[in-house]
Amino acid sequence: MKLQRMNRRALTLGALAVSGALALTACGSDDTSDKDGGKKTNAASNIDCEGAKGKLLASGSSAQKNAIDAWVANYRAACKEVQLNYKPDGSGAGITAFLQGQTAFAGSDSALKPKEIEKSKQICKTSQAIDLPMVGGPIAVGYNVPGVDTLVLDAKTLAEIFNNKISKWNDKAIQKLNPDAKLPSTKIQAFHRSDESGTTDNFTKYLKGAAPAAWPHEPGKSWEAEGGQSAQGSSGVAQQVKQVEGAISYMELSYAKEGVKTVDLKTGAKEPVKATVDNASKAIAEAKTVGEGKDLALELNYKPTAEGAYPITLVTYEILCEKGNKKDTLPATKSFLNYIASEDGQAVLKDEGYAPIPAEINTKVRETIKGLS
Amino acid sequence: MSTTTIKPSGNPGGPGDRPARSELQGARLPRWSPYVIAVGSLAVACGIGLAAGLDSRIQWGLIAAVLFVGVSYALAATVEGARQAKNHLATSLVWVTFLLAVVPLASLIYETVKRGSEVFDGYFLTHSMGVVADDEPGGGVYHAIIGTLQQVGLASLIAVPIGVLTAIYLVEYGRGKLAKAVTFFVDVMTGIPSIVAGLFVLSFWILILGFDFSGWAGAMALSILMMPVVVRSTEEMLKLVPNELREASLALGVPKWRTILKVVLPTAIGGITTGVMLAVARIAGETAPVLLLVFTTPLINTNPFDGAQGSLPLYIYQQYASGNQAGYDRAWAAALALILFIMILNLVARGIARWKAPKTGR
Amino acid sequence: MDIPTDTPPKQSPPQDSTPSTAEQKRNARGATRPGDRIFLGLSRGSGIALLVIMGAVAAFLAYRASVALADNTGNFFTTFEWDPAGLSTDGKPYFGIAVLAFGTIVSSIIALVIAVPVAIGIALFISHYAPRKLATPISFVIDLLAAVPSIVYGLWGAIVVAPNLTGLYSWLDDYFGWTGIFSYEGGAPRSLMTVGILLAIMILPIITNVSREVFLQVPKMHEEAALALGATRWEVIRMSVLPFGRSGIISASMLGLGRALGETIAVATVLSPTFLIQASVLDYGGGTFAQNIASKFGEADEYGQDALIASGLVLFVITLLVNGAARLIIARRKEYSGANA
Repeated sequence: MKLQRMNRRALTLGALAVSGALALTACGSDDTSDKDGGKKTNAASNIDCEGAKGKLLASGSSAQKNAIDAWVANYRAACKEVQLNYKPDGSGAGITAFLQGQTAFAGSDSALKPKEIEKSKQICKTSQAIDLPMVGGPIAVGYNVPGVDTLVLDAKTLAEIFNNKISKWNDKAIQKLNPDAKLPSTKIQAFHRSDESGTTDNFTKYLKGAAPAAWPHEPGKSWEAEGGQSAQGSSGVAQQVKQVEGAISYMELSYAKEGVKTVDLKTGAKEPVKATVDNASKAIAEAKTVGEGKDLALELNYKPTAEGAYPITLVTYEILCEKGNKKDTLPATKSFLNYIASEDGQAVLKDEGYAPIPAEINTKVRETIKGLS
Repeated sequence: MSTTTIKPSGNPGGPGDRPARSELQGARLPRWSPYVIAVGSLAVACGIGLAAGLDSRIQWGLIAAVLFVGVSYALAATVEGARQAKNHLATSLVWVTFLLAVVPLASLIYETVKRGSEVFDGYFLTHSMGVVADDEPGGGVYHAIIGTLQQVGLASLIAVPIGVLTAIYLVEYGRGKLAKAVTFFVDVMTGIPSIVAGLFVLSFWILILGFDFSGWAGAMALSILMMPVVVRSTEEMLKLVPNELREASLALGVPKWRTILKVVLPTAIGGITTGVMLAVARIAGETAPVLLLVFTTPLINTNPFDGAQGSLPLYIYQQYASGNQAGYDRAWAAALALILFIMILNLVARGIARWKAPKTGR
Repeated sequence: MDIPTDTPPKQSPPQDSTPSTAEQKRNARGATRPGDRIFLGLSRGSGIALLVIMGAVAAFLAYRASVALADNTGNFFTTFEWDPAGLSTDGKPYFGIAVLAFGTIVSSIIALVIAVPVAIGIALFISHYAPRKLATPISFVIDLLAAVPSIVYGLWGAIVVAPNLTGLYSWLDDYFGWTGIFSYEGGAPRSLMTVGILLAIMILPIITNVSREVFLQVPKMHEEAALALGATRWEVIRMSVLPFGRSGIISASMLGLGRALGETIAVATVLSPTFLIQASVLDYGGGTFAQNIASKFGEADEYGQDALIASGLVLFVITLLVNGAARLIIARRKEYSGANA
């Protein structure tokens, strides 16, 4: 019958498509070293694999993603037996996944809440989860005002801008801080993050901590102030700042490039402070440890007086159990954390727009990692 | 236009054109009139736009569209009478909607091809991200293509048979409570946010049953998203098969199941293919369930049943979120790859459908 | 809509290739032929399988949503805030869906109002107006567009579409601003209207594809009969094509609406959300269910996730209501369906 012949032809075609797909699976390659990619990898760095092998899953903060990417690339080159995957889907999701036992450790922009520590006792059995500060990073305030190349703002003005109290760029408060700048009468278009994020959390903590009178809202991962425009993700707000004249927004320093100018911050110090990696490190050095026991959660000082300390800074933690981590992933976890806390590991951060953790805190981190079980 | 042109024949092509009997014909607009009106209204719209200083090209287009429809109606009404004028109005409206839709769609394709071709080459297609970090150039999309191929393939393997058979059940057999319940749930699920399907599989497969993240877990969530679309569109196409065909076949003594397989399905195969391809296209672009269930890895993993895999839409999303030029380039190139993939699939499916379908009048 | 289950008495089975001919004769009385039974079993089995899966999803959602709703201190339907972590209420969850429901419905209506007429226009264009040479490539391009992933629509919307809408919005504001609905205060045009326009473009291919298939199935006899009576092309379409395709168009629109209601990433990329309801669709603000889920999910703890799922459940109810209404319309016009019997 004719129909059946066509059936066969269709089958042949289908078989061809399937075998084509199978043939495809044979020609791909993970080796990207032959092109310009993977420049940052230096397999020479002394990474101790500690004989670890197997799969290691981790997820959480997207703010530390680029740092983790660089670390993973180096680690992968040295320890081929370990397959490490980091999923940057947000701190909250990372902590939830960790508490449900899906992952070996979580990355987070903010330290564990008491409720979460309580909950972690289930998964950690005899102990609880701890925060290990690994990456610091300045949150830059990017703006788009044609003709104004340097802009100085202080906490109070920033708070009033984001709280819609100051609505024009040539407002007296801004003019006073920038006596030499030719400020236009453009409307200020303040953008915040539409998604919940640790960046918003840290930024609003700064506003609340440094200018409590001008910022009446609770700090948090979601934006509590009324109104204001928003965009999804750091790349989203960075894009708006590029596109919209008169825009201002906050973002991790690594997103503030390709035409986004950043605000210099007037702090308690004499000179306005630029948003740079070094200045963020100086601010972290002034932070005090508030975690109990092995927990190394930090609290930043939002009104620093030290020269060049940039206070809008974010510290991201790796979160895992002090004791009672899963046996099959523990060696790989320890080996990886050892690497990222080492001098080699921390040295990678600067190129990626992140601030290394100051030596004093870092020493404690390394000790804690040694004691993990 | 006072000329009463009498042409022996109208536009070739579509049905409903003037019957070619010149003595019986009333006054007609010349054949070239739509083109002239179109050019004229475009020119006038540009003039208005310039004069009024409207900076948005979208407004110019809208003014031109309104002018075109209005003028052709008015002209036809004065020259040819009310019925013909209505016909002209419909024709010009159809053309206008078509052009209105083509502009954004063309712009979308243009942007994707232009931005995507920056890094789209053989190397990009045959390499994974390997050890390339997201903020440096290089790397490729191979791992993501493999992942998406397998996940979408598995999801279709589950959803298409179940979906098509369910639709057959609903149209050919279903009455009673079961059919009503199925219809109800299919309706509910057409609007399911994709992340919710992902959460469902996450809870059951990974948290309760304790399996690992894998391409297969993602495929299950995708198949949940796919089923309602397949059922709904297949149902619609089966309903359109004329009953005369079924009755003729049954009257010849062909059993019902063979009637369905050999008469009903082949008649509707074109539409069913369209529905299935729409469903495939929808799930091939899903990010959220894949992120929840497949995890994601920059390395090649050809086994969908074990361990994290890559995925094209997720790759696009992450490359975009990394917020640097190299990432944007890769995101657009991967989008181009995804579109090409679906296009090839579409072509193959349509080819098969055309072979299988009985010849029709069109 | 069905053929009677008892098959008509058979005279001479024409198939020569079927091995079961003898059996068929034996069971000529009813639909008890093994082939029929197996096939019925298969298709009914699929229906049941689908029912079980979908039922399980719904039950799962209902369970998790009930967890969230039990602790909510705000009114779930009227609260204009989303604070399941209780940041400003001392840790007591306080959230509601009023803004999300409003935004979802408004943006979907805008999308449907724009997309359905245009999609019908294109489908008619392909099936009845376009020269044959043009029709095939156009329907191919439309197929292709259904394949564009939503993230690409989102990128394109944010980079290309939104910046071009400022002019149109201020123009609308000039002439229709007095209605309140079309007032525009400036700011980046990342509003519900923009979302609606983008959604319209996204669902256009879906509605077009399904409608086109339906229009192509219109029996040629109907059209020729109308033509023979001297109908113009428009009259043919109005009298034979559209009535025949009506149920298909509605189904197609529902499929499109389903995508519009549940669209996540594209909406999140182009909308500038606020938790307020405002009359103007041109000013930034508002939000949709799926967008809110996408924005809050990454940082939500388990309770926060439950709250988001509860909002997703409302989306189900909306989808259900709309689909129910559509089914009613289709049922009333069933006489045009081919399989109506």
